[in-house]
Amino acid sequence: MINIFQVAYKNLLRKRSRSGLTIVGIALAAWVLVSLLGFNQGYEASLNSDIDNLGFQVLVTAKGCPYEAATLMLKGGTGLRYLPAAIADSIAGQPEVDAVTPMLMQAVFDPNKGESGSLSAFLGVDAATFPGMKTVLEFKQGRWFTDNDALEAVMGYEAAELESREVGDKYLIPENEVEVTVVGVLKRSGTQDDGTIFLPIGTVQKVFDRPGELTGIGIKVRKDADIAAFEERMYQLPDVQVVSLAQVKQTIMSLVSTAKVMVFSIALIAILIAVVGVINTILMSVMERLQEIGILKSMGAMASDIFQLIWLETLMLCVTGGAIGTALAVATAKITELLIRRLLPYTPTGGLVRIDPPLVLLTFGVVTAIGLLAGVYPSWRAGRVRPIEAIRSETE
Amino acid sequence: MNNQLSIKAEGLTKVYRRGSEEIRAVDGVSLEINQGEFVSFVGPSGSGKTTLVNILGCLDNPTAGKLELSGRSVFDQGQAQGEAELTRVRRETFGYVFQKFYLIPTLTVYENVVLPFTFYRKPGAEKGVDEILKMLGIDNRKHHLPGQISGGEMQRVAIARALVNKPRILLADEPTGNLDTRRSSEIGVLLGELNKWEGLTVIVVTHNVDLAKMAHRAIELRDGRIHTGPDACQPEQGCA
Repeated sequence: MINIFQVAYKNLLRKRSRSGLTIVGIALAAWVLVSLLGFNQGYEASLNSDIDNLGFQVLVTAKGCPYEAATLMLKGGTGLRYLPAAIADSIAGQPEVDAVTPMLMQAVFDPNKGESGSLSAFLGVDAATFPGMKTVLEFKQGRWFTDNDALEAVMGYEAAELESREVGDKYLIPENEVEVTVVGVLKRSGTQDDGTIFLPIGTVQKVFDRPGELTGIGIKVRKDADIAAFEERMYQLPDVQVVSLAQVKQTIMSLVSTAKVMVFSIALIAILIAVVGVINTILMSVMERLQEIGILKSMGAMASDIFQLIWLETLMLCVTGGAIGTALAVATAKITELLIRRLLPYTPTGGLVRIDPPLVLLTFGVVTAIGLLAGVYPSWRAGRVRPIEAIRSETE
Repeated sequence: MNNQLSIKAEGLTKVYRRGSEEIRAVDGVSLEINQGEFVSFVGPSGSGKTTLVNILGCLDNPTAGKLELSGRSVFDQGQAQGEAELTRVRRETFGYVFQKFYLIPTLTVYENVVLPFTFYRKPGAEKGVDEILKMLGIDNRKHHLPGQISGGEMQRVAIARALVNKPRILLADEPTGNLDTRRSSEIGVLLGELNKWEGLTVIVVTHNVDLAKMAHRAIELRDGRIHTGPDACQPEQGCA
């Protein structure tokens, strides 16, 4: 015996190239949709994770471009501006502040790094406050430094790998010829901290000849604090740039929003093309088989049977296309991520395209629903065919 | 022969309009066909025989007139049953064979034959499928695709498909129109045997003289009316 599913499937086999091309159209639309939604949730999650990993909610830097400050926060930067260390004490006294940690970033060109040399990033941090604020950092080996003037270093995971250093090894700071002892190596965090060499803040000020200067102050605000009012007060300090995490996030999201709108538009067009393709394929198939549908009705098929048969054909095309597109999106997520990284001005360090089972199911549902909608008209047309139409057109 | 009344038509009329022109394809035809009869409809092209048989087979609605199947009214003065009800009448009563075979090329012979079961299955009908295939001499072709068998075999498959739901009336419109003389003859013999041995009412529309001769009764149509003059068709004389 044969059931309606087999009949629908074998009907699609009659025009293999046409069915195949329709499936390709749906697969491309599903691919774009999954990748896009994956990017949407991956990018935001990675950005949030990057910001959370900073350990503080507000950063105070020397006055300058807010984008530069954002870059400094998230990537480490060059062309640094400085602010006096005394500001940290006045900020710490504010009622909204839970904790502050002063930081001094320095970047030095190391000719021995890599094939043709590259920048080494040093972050001078306060031994007393920084570890408590950056609880996300865990040690692979060793510990934080003992005091702020010790000739000690804690290396990020990648920095330690690149320099081939372990706890107890010596490390020579390029240009300054000062030797420090590695007292800790951090586990991989997936952030810019992996490539950073942490030094005690006093040591950095001394070695780089920046006494009493900072590049940034990380501020942890009390849970119930009015951040907006606090920021407003911070702006009154001379030569200070205040950057809140919410602000940074908003700035970055607005930078990528244009790209997102464009990609969304492309996805929408791809879906529309796929829908039109499905309607066209099924409608053509119905028109070509008008007589045959009439014969099926003369065999006893009700209008609802024919509707079901044609709808099943549409569903099979959409489900197959949706499955291929989704699989393709999962398989090429890494390539998509590489492309996005090249296209966008700033990308967080974590995974940019996050495709998880709920997303796959959602896309599958959307593609199937769109397919079913696209199939309504052709199926309805087919269901309305009267047997006599077939017989009449036969005798013409 | 069982004389139980099978089809009764009174004043069946079918009018088509083409612009301002009115075409009476069937013009006040009255007839009766009994259970177990083998009736052929003959006449020149455009005489209305296909239109009439389509109305008798509930595939088309008459403009006027009455049609009863075993005493049950199907059409009455242009008033037809709903499409769903007509579908029920068709699937419970008729098996249809057309000039073109309309086999689905990607289904095997067997799958094509049992295709009607996808939509409707008379209780116990599936048990008779192998017997029908054997009777029609296509049991050894059941796993072939339509493209792998001859035209005569394809028409046998179409006949088998029309028979699987055990219809009371087999309605064949030019069933030999696409076949050569030898295969036409085979189909004619087959229809005769189905009528004789299975008690099936067989109604054929044909131009084929040999097929028309096999019927118990030939009804000749001219200009939409039954022609009953002295020159009317007599099956034994050959009159298509």
